[in-house]
Amino acid sequence: MALELDSITVRYGRTEAVSDVSLSVADGEVVALLGPSGCGKSTLLRTIAGLEKPTSGVVSWDSADLAGVPVHRREFGLVFQDGQLFPHRTVAGNVAFGLRMRGVDREERDKRVLSLLELVGLEGYAGRRVTQLSGGEQQRVALARALAPSPRLLLLDEPLSALDRVLREQLAVDLARLLREAATTALVVTHDHDEAFTLADRVAIMSRGRVVQVGPPAEVWSAPVDVETAKFLGCTRFVPGSFVGLDLERVGLRATALRVDPDGLMEGTVLERVHRRDHVRLLVEIGGAEYEAVGPMTEVGDRVRLAIDLDGVARVG
Amino acid sequence: MFPTSRTGWSVAAVLPLAFLGLFFAWPVLAIVSLGLREGGVLREVFAGETWELVGFTLGQAAASTVVAVVAGLPVAFVLARCRVRGLGFVRAAVMVPFVLPTVVVGLAFRTFWPDGGVLPIVLANAFFNVAVVARTVGGLWAHTDRRAEDAARALGASRPRAFVSVVLPALAPAIGSAAAVVFLFCATSFGVVLVLGGSRYRTLETEIYLRTVELFDLSGAAALSLLQFFAVLAVLVLGALARRRRETALSLRGREELARRPSGGEWYVVGAAVAVVVALLTPVVGLVTRSLSTRDGWSFAGYVALTTRGDRGTLAVTGLDAAMNSLRTAFDATLVALVVGVFSAVVLVGLRRSGSRFAEVLDTALMLPLGVSAVTVGFGYLITMDALPGDFRTSPYLVPLAQALVVTPLVVRMVLPVLRAVDERLRQAAATLGASPLRVWREVDLPLVGRSLVAAAGFGYVVALGEFGATSFLARPDAPTLPVVIARLMSRPGELNSQMAYAACALLMVVTVGCVLLIERLRVPSSGEF
Repeated sequence: MALELDSITVRYGRTEAVSDVSLSVADGEVVALLGPSGCGKSTLLRTIAGLEKPTSGVVSWDSADLAGVPVHRREFGLVFQDGQLFPHRTVAGNVAFGLRMRGVDREERDKRVLSLLELVGLEGYAGRRVTQLSGGEQQRVALARALAPSPRLLLLDEPLSALDRVLREQLAVDLARLLREAATTALVVTHDHDEAFTLADRVAIMSRGRVVQVGPPAEVWSAPVDVETAKFLGCTRFVPGSFVGLDLERVGLRATALRVDPDGLMEGTVLERVHRRDHVRLLVEIGGAEYEAVGPMTEVGDRVRLAIDLDGVARVG
Repeated sequence: MFPTSRTGWSVAAVLPLAFLGLFFAWPVLAIVSLGLREGGVLREVFAGETWELVGFTLGQAAASTVVAVVAGLPVAFVLARCRVRGLGFVRAAVMVPFVLPTVVVGLAFRTFWPDGGVLPIVLANAFFNVAVVARTVGGLWAHTDRRAEDAARALGASRPRAFVSVVLPALAPAIGSAAAVVFLFCATSFGVVLVLGGSRYRTLETEIYLRTVELFDLSGAAALSLLQFFAVLAVLVLGALARRRRETALSLRGREELARRPSGGEWYVVGAAVAVVVALLTPVVGLVTRSLSTRDGWSFAGYVALTTRGDRGTLAVTGLDAAMNSLRTAFDATLVALVVGVFSAVVLVGLRRSGSRFAEVLDTALMLPLGVSAVTVGFGYLITMDALPGDFRTSPYLVPLAQALVVTPLVVRMVLPVLRAVDERLRQAAATLGASPLRVWREVDLPLVGRSLVAAAGFGYVVALGEFGATSFLARPDAPTLPVVIARLMSRPGELNSQMAYAACALLMVVTVGCVLLIERLRVPSSGEF
C-alpha cells in the first residue's frame, strides 16, 4: 500500500474533527473521500498533506512514518477548491513552480510545462496572467501545477465545487480520464457523489469524523451501510424488501426506483410535479404514503400506474 | 511562514519586543523613575497649572480632530466613490501634508499668522491629519457595498437620510479608528505647537521639552510624561477595539466595486473636497513663495546662503552639510525600521493566525512609540545609552535609532494589511510544491508585499527626514539634520537666517513631495491604511 492511515484522530480543543480513521490508497489508485460538509474530510486531507498534525495515529507512505516529514518534503501535490494560483506569476510560472523548487533545469522545465498545459487542454496559455483566466481554466492550471513535479500522491480538495454545474460535469470526466492516463495515485475530497463516483476506483464515505464505509463505487451505491449513508446517496424512502419483491429486511428507494409504466403493478395519484434538467420527477401517493417517481409529463391529480426499476433500489444495512 | 507553532511565533515575537524594550521602554522608564526619585510628582500632577495644560492639550487635539474629520470625509468620498479626472492628484495632494516635517508646516503657517495663536495650531494639526481620515475612511468606504445604500433609497429614504442611517454606521469603525489616531498625533504634536504657540500656548509635549531642556525640572517633566503616557495608552486601546471591529466587518464584504461619476447633490461633496485640497496646498505654495521673496524683491538669496553657516555663524556646519547628514541619517533609520517593522508584521500575522492573544500585546506595543513624547525618548536615550558598550550617547547611530522608533509603527501599519490579505492556502500550495518555509516567504510573501514594502520605505524615509522631537534632542551640534537647522535659524534674528530657513523648508518639501509621488505610483490598490 502506498498511503496508509492508521487510526488517525484530529482534535481541535474539545471538538474531534477526525475520529480514528484507518484507510489506505494503493499505488495508482484513485480514492474519493465522500461526505457532507463538516464531516472532517478536508481536515483528514490536510493532515495527510502535513498541514495539520494528527492528535494520534500514523500517516505512512510505503510503510515509512511521515510524522517527521514537513509539508514541502512529502512530495504530495495539493489542489484547492479555488485554485489558489500565485497571482504574481503567469500560467507557465505557476506550473513551473514545483519544478523550480526541485531544481529542475530550465530547458526540461519549459518542456514539462508545455506538455502539462497540453494535458489539461490549455495549449497556448503559457504567457497568460492567471488573473485573466476563467474559473475552469484556473482550476486546470492548478491541476497542471500540482501534477508538474510528478507527486507520488495527488490530493484534491473539492477540486470542482467552485465551478458551475455544466463545467463541473465536463471537467469531472476530463479529470477522471487524466488521472487514469497518468496512472496517478490520488485522494479526492468531495461532497458531490456524482464527482466521487465519476473519479474514484474506491469511495470512502465519511460521517461525523468517521469513515463508515469503503468500497468500489458500484458496491457503495447499491448497498449503503446504513440509512444515513443511503440518504446521503439519494435514497428518499425506506421500505421493507417485499415492497419491491426482494427478500430483504429494508431497502432504500431513489426517485428512479418507481417509474410511470402502463403495465406497472402499482397504482398511485400524482401530487406534485418537479422539472429536472433531463427528466420529470413526480411525487405520487401510493396506499396513503408519498413516493418519488420518474415519468413522462402528467398532470397533478392524474391516476398513474407504476413499475419498479431495481437499479433505483439500494440494499441498506 | 517560518515557525509553525504558537510557541515558535511567541519566541519570534521576543525580538521586536527586545528592540522596543532596549530603545524605547528602557529610556522612557529611566526618565520616569528619575523624575519619581526626585519627588514632587504628586504635587505636580495635582497643581492647577498642570490641569490647565492638560485641558489645553486635549482641547486643541479634540478641535483639530474635529476639523480633520470634517475636512477628510468629503475627500474620502471622492477617493472611494467617484470616477473623476485628477483622482491621483487628489490622493497625492492629501498625502503630502501628512509627511511634511512639522517644523516646515509650522513655518508655512507662520507665513499667514506671523504671531501664531490657537487657530493656526488647530488648523496646522488638522492640516497634517486630513490624510489619515481620508485614507482610512476612504479605504473602508470603497469596500462598502453600495447596494445597502440603494436598498435604503428604494425603501423611501432620502439621500441624506440614507447616508445617516446606512452609510455612516458602516463607516463608523473607520471614522472612530482614524479619529483616535488623529487625536493621538495632535495631542503629542511638538514642532507645530513649538513654532506657532511660542511661550503663550503650551501643550504637555512642549512643556516636557521646556522643563527638561530649559528649566532642568526633571521631576516635573517626568510627571507630565507619565500623565501623557497613560492618556496615550487609553486612546490606543480604544483605537485597537475600533480596529478589531473594522477587521471583522471588512472580511464580510466583497472586493472593490466600480466607482461612478458623481451625480446631483454629490457634486457639492466633490466641491467641498476640492476646497479642502486647495486649502491643503495653500501653505505649501505660501512657503515656496516666501522662500523666494525678500525685502528687495524676488531672489534666490536664501538658497545660495544654504552653502554658508548663516548670519554670523548661527550654525556649526553649512546648510548643505546638514542636508547631506539628514539624507544619510534618514537612510539608516529607514533601514532599521524596515527590518524591525517587516519582521514584526510577519510575526504579528503568524501570531494572529495561530490564535495567540499575544498578538494584541505586540500590536499595541508597536504603536506605543507613536504616542509617547519623542522628547522624552530623546532625553531617555541620553541618560541610558551610556550603559551600552562604547558609550552610545556619542554614537552616530543614536539619531537613526531614535528616528527608526518613530518610523517602525508606520512600516508595520503599511505592510501588515497586505501581508494579512495573502491567503494562507497560497503559502500552503507553495509548500506542497516543495518550497521550504523560507522559500515560501521569498516566493510568495515577498513578491506580493514587495510594492507595499517599497512604499513603506519611501514613506518611512520621508518621516525620518522630517523627524524633529527626538532629533532636536539628540543631534550633536556638529551633525544636525535639516529640521534642527531650520529651527535654529528661526530662533535667531537676521533676515538672512530666516531666508535660509524658508529655503531649507522648501528644499525639504521638494524631497518629501518627490517621495510621496513615487509612493503613489507604487500604491497597491486597496492596501495599507494610509
